[in-house]
Amino acid sequence: MTFADWIAEPVNWVFAVIGLAVLVSGFRVVTAKNVVHAALYLVGALAGTAGLFLLLSAEFVAWVLVLVYIGAVLVLFLFGIMITRAPLGFDESLTSDKKALPGVLAAAVFVTMAWASIDAFGTQLVVSTGEATPTEVLGESLLGRFVIPFEVVSFVLLAALIGGITIARRDLTPVEEEQRAGV
Amino acid sequence: MLLNQFLVLGAALFAFGIYGLLVRRNVVLILLSVELMLNAVNINLVAFESVLVTSEAVGQVFAIFVITVAAAEVGIGLAIVLMIFRNRKSANVDELSLMRW
Repeated sequence: MTFADWIAEPVNWVFAVIGLAVLVSGFRVVTAKNVVHAALYLVGALAGTAGLFLLLSAEFVAWVLVLVYIGAVLVLFLFGIMITRAPLGFDESLTSDKKALPGVLAAAVFVTMAWASIDAFGTQLVVSTGEATPTEVLGESLLGRFVIPFEVVSFVLLAALIGGITIARRDLTPVEEEQRAGV
Repeated sequence: MLLNQFLVLGAALFAFGIYGLLVRRNVVLILLSVELMLNAVNINLVAFESVLVTSEAVGQVFAIFVITVAAAEVGIGLAIVLMIFRNRKSANVDELSLMRW
C-alpha cells in the first residue's frame, strides 16, 4: 500500500488531523513552561484520543474517556496544581537541565516500539464495520466473563478514595484537639 | 485504516510520556506524564480490539480497567503530593533527597 492509496481514504484524513493534534498536544504536555498550560494540553491529547476511539468504533470507551479523564481527573490535577502552589506563570525551573539522556532514551523507546509493530503487523488493516460496538456487549462482558476483575477494580477505587482522604487529611494540632474536646 | 498508524501514534505518546517523566521536576507534572503513557496503552488496546473483534469486546473492557486504575492512581498520587508539599513546602522531586544516600 502506497501513501497515495492511504491518503485516498477520507477516514485517513480524519486520522491524520486528529493524530497530528494528539501528537502536538502530547509534546506540549511534557515541554510547556507553564503548569496550567501543560494540564490543559493534556485535555487536547485526551480529546483527540477520544476522537480516535470513535474512529475505531469504540463509542462507549470514548465517552468514558471524556467523562472520567477530562471531566474528573483533569479537575483533580488543576486542584493539585493550585493547592501545591506550583509556580503559575512561565517558569524555566519546571524542567530539569539534563535533557539529552532522557531525549535519547525516549527516542530509543519510540524507535524500538514503532519498528517492532511495523515489522510484526505490516499492512494489517483495522476492521471497520461503520457501527459502534454496542454498549450491551461491553456490559455483558463486564458483568459476565470479567465480573471478578470488575469487582476487584471497584474495590481498588474505593480503597484509593479512602486512602486519599486519610493521607491528605490534616492532623489536628494539640490546641485544636483541646478545643474540639471542650465542645 | 492500517493497524500500524494507531500503534505508532501510541508509541510516540508513550515516548513523550517517558521523556516527561525523566525531565520534569514538579511531581504534578510527572503524574501528568504518567497519564500520557496510560493513554498510549489505551490507544493500543482499542486498536487491537478492532483488529481481533472479539465477541466480548475484551480490548475495550481492558481499556476501561486501565482508565479506572488511572483514576485511582491520580487520587492517591495527588494526596501524597499534597502531604509532601505540606511537610517540605515544595513539590520538586530534586529537593526530596532525604532518603538518598
